[in-house]
Amino acid sequence: MSALRSRRHREWGLAYLLLAPALLIFAVFTFYPFLRNFKLALYQNPPYPGLPSHYVGLHQVGSVLASTSFHQSLVSTLLYVVMVVPVGLIGGLLLAVAAHKAIRGMAWFRLVFSSTVVTSVAVAAVVFGTLMDPVVGLLPWLGVNPHPAILENPTWALPAVSLIAVWQFLGLSFVIMTAGLQSLPDEVLEAARLDGAGGWTMFWRVTVPLLSPTLFFGLVVGTIYAFQSFGQIDILIGPQNSQFTHTDVLLYSVYQALSIQDNPGVAAVLSIVLFAILLVFTLAQLRFLERRVTYAGD
Amino acid sequence: MARVNFEGVSKAFDGVLAVDDLHLDVHDGELLVLLGPSGCGKTTALRMVAGLEDPTAGTVSIGDVVVNDVEPKDRDVAMVFQSYALYPHMTLRRNIEFPLRQQRVPAPERARRVEEAAGTLGLLDLLDRKPGQLSGGQRQRVALARAIVRDPQVFLMDEPLSNLDATLRIQTRADIVSLQRRLGTTTIYVTHDQVEAMTMGHRIAVMRDGRLQQVAAPQDLYERPANTFVASFLGSPGMNLVPASAERGAIIIEGTRIGLPDGTPTVAGPVTVGVRPEAATLAPEGIPASVLLVEQLGAETHVICVLADGSRVVVRQEHRAVRPDLGESVAIRVDPLQLHLFDTDTGARLELGR
Amino acid sequence: MPATDTAVRPPAPAPPAARPPRRRHRRLRLVLRYTLLSIGAVVVLFPLYMAVVNSLLAPSQIAHQPPPFFPLHPQWGSYRKAWTEGDLAVYLRNSAIQTTIIVAGQLVTSVLAAYAFAFLEFPFKRTLFVVFLMTLMIPFEVTIATNLSTVSSLGWFNTFPGLTVPFLATGFGTFLLRQAFLQIPRDLREAAQLDGYGHFRFLWSVAVPLARPALAALGVFSFLSAWNQYLWPLLVTGNDNSVRTVQIGLKQLINTQLDQINVSLAGTVIAVVPLLILLVVFQKQLVRSLTSGAVK
Repeated sequence: MSALRSRRHREWGLAYLLLAPALLIFAVFTFYPFLRNFKLALYQNPPYPGLPSHYVGLHQVGSVLASTSFHQSLVSTLLYVVMVVPVGLIGGLLLAVAAHKAIRGMAWFRLVFSSTVVTSVAVAAVVFGTLMDPVVGLLPWLGVNPHPAILENPTWALPAVSLIAVWQFLGLSFVIMTAGLQSLPDEVLEAARLDGAGGWTMFWRVTVPLLSPTLFFGLVVGTIYAFQSFGQIDILIGPQNSQFTHTDVLLYSVYQALSIQDNPGVAAVLSIVLFAILLVFTLAQLRFLERRVTYAGD
Repeated sequence: MARVNFEGVSKAFDGVLAVDDLHLDVHDGELLVLLGPSGCGKTTALRMVAGLEDPTAGTVSIGDVVVNDVEPKDRDVAMVFQSYALYPHMTLRRNIEFPLRQQRVPAPERARRVEEAAGTLGLLDLLDRKPGQLSGGQRQRVALARAIVRDPQVFLMDEPLSNLDATLRIQTRADIVSLQRRLGTTTIYVTHDQVEAMTMGHRIAVMRDGRLQQVAAPQDLYERPANTFVASFLGSPGMNLVPASAERGAIIIEGTRIGLPDGTPTVAGPVTVGVRPEAATLAPEGIPASVLLVEQLGAETHVICVLADGSRVVVRQEHRAVRPDLGESVAIRVDPLQLHLFDTDTGARLELGR
Repeated sequence: MPATDTAVRPPAPAPPAARPPRRRHRRLRLVLRYTLLSIGAVVVLFPLYMAVVNSLLAPSQIAHQPPPFFPLHPQWGSYRKAWTEGDLAVYLRNSAIQTTIIVAGQLVTSVLAAYAFAFLEFPFKRTLFVVFLMTLMIPFEVTIATNLSTVSSLGWFNTFPGLTVPFLATGFGTFLLRQAFLQIPRDLREAAQLDGYGHFRFLWSVAVPLARPALAALGVFSFLSAWNQYLWPLLVTGNDNSVRTVQIGLKQLINTQLDQINVSLAGTVIAVVPLLILLVVFQKQLVRSLTSGAVK
């Protein structure tokens, strides 16, 4: 019996050994930093580098949450998410539906539609930045000439950056929607065809309801994606201008607090807020939408 | 109610012929079974009637109207899929009602027809449930209800019983038969199960590799199969097929001469002889064989024998008959009036002459 | 078999097939679909197309209104300039190293952890799995404040370790590979045990080969995420080019090539073309990895 026990113990040892590398990384670079935010938030940074930070308790948290720049940041973030996610999902869905037919050349179209997945933020930013440039871009040709220029414009900078994100998100959205469409039971769709469902009825009464798990997944992924937007704003607008142009979304505020203002306490507060919002978003989506989401039978 | 006609219908997928030059008439009001092994083209043929596949050649007609270019929804056919294909996000009521909504049938009429169809299939209590809450047999009936509520010209059924367990299958089989007889709607029924085919169809069309082998009433198919494929496909266990040689007035199996009282083979030489297990008995004298296996099934016994040339013959015995031992040498006697002759190369049936 | 019965049914309403059967507008619908698809393709490709076009024009031509949509006299010099003056070679090399390290690290740690979760029994197994899943809930952005100081105090600022170590493990990858390992029939494991295969041999000879699609999918996904990282390389690399990746390098490029938009765009094209090629080759794996959560 003790041979059995020692073998089992050896299995335990092996298991922990196998898990150790990942757990170590998670401990040091995921959990510890996350938890330390709560401590950092309570310490205010001194105005001069080199001096230790001092404990201020919740005072810093309070002042950050009350500040107008924070409120603006929240509003910008919210607007941004609302502009990016629904448009991106619907765009991906439409492309996926159009591409969901075995006709000649479809593989090529699918490749094109999914291509933005591999574009990095920097690439998208530079490319669109050129197109939106007031001097060399396309906008003057189209008769669009805002003052100040679109990427320095308090009203239009955020929509412009959203557009870039939508374009980038299209590839991912398309891939997700295509996978969803392919998972739909063919026979149910054929039955609908036989029952007389034409294009529109088919789409709204059959395809979309059956697709609801996929749409839900896309919504979650898209929201997280939108919250992680950073590169376009950094490259095209930069820390100096982001507040003025109302493009200082939450993550960018974190970056500014951390790197530009050298204020880890404030950065920590903002990070916690970011986390909380994402958590609430994801949980809310899980709770309210999953109730209405129907799964295609068992 | 209508006839369905296949005129020279072929269907190719990527160069492979799934259906090869099919000529078939389905009579008005009959239940015609398309029977065959997987891949024989029966489902493809069915789907061409529905309009879910387009023929590569030939025409499909419903009610004497060529429907090759007609949309599925305009063909007035209803289909029951193997997987039932119910809309999982709708209640039963809305599932059954769905085709009527597409046809813009007014609400009171719709409700009446849904209740009628549900009543026929015993679903009235379940109308407000969703498919996910039902058993397989119940979902089957919903699929049937959705088909009958449309009162179409033709019912198409694609192996509707294969997802049910054995007992349920037998019961539902009877339900479908009585339903079809009552409604009198022309029905094309696809299956690979020959028992289903024999018990349900007015006629059976046997298919293999895309080609129609024979179409006839079940008993005719059983008693006069057109080739060795049909002969061995129907009946359980299948017909025994052994090599023999034909001469004037008789055939010779393993050196045993069997006189044919009701005709004479029209060609001499090697033939394939078919004899069903129930037409063979173990007797004191006959074709020499040795017993390979004895399968006791309660009401009957199957004795699997091997002839000298290696062919196997299954002999069916009543349960009271004396069972032989394994390896025992026996003699098989066949009823000369129940022999079938087939061409050795093509497998086609050879008729006897005078 | 009874012959066809006399039908017993109520008088049927006029059958809808009295409506004349319509010819299918198949041709028309096909043309419409191709049109829609082409419009979609144009919308998606347009920005990249313009980037390529502009990269081949001289700066003076780019500023031209209306903007030229096709380079009549392509100026390939911008590419050479981007490569040399823009230090793109160095940046690409750095990105390649960074990405390789991260992908390798993620694959290894995920395989090991997934193996433990899939094939081994041990106390706290469920708890530990939840711990792994929780990392999915903590987006990286929320950890940057502390990670920056951790990396600095380890002396890893502007080094490859600093760039890569925080990303060497992934909850998503572990989850994905665990799923794949769980698909391997239990019988196979037991047969291997009877044949004397230890865990490592089983892992290497059986589990990993059988999970190859999932590994490929994870590899592609890791590659993309690592290559396209922006925030962390920005924080952790300095102005010398020893470690700076191509994404930050692009930002550098446009800042230094203010008027030479063609050069900036040439750099961008150089940065994205390798990935587009990889997309063509690994499309299937990519799709699988991105949708592993979507299809239930």
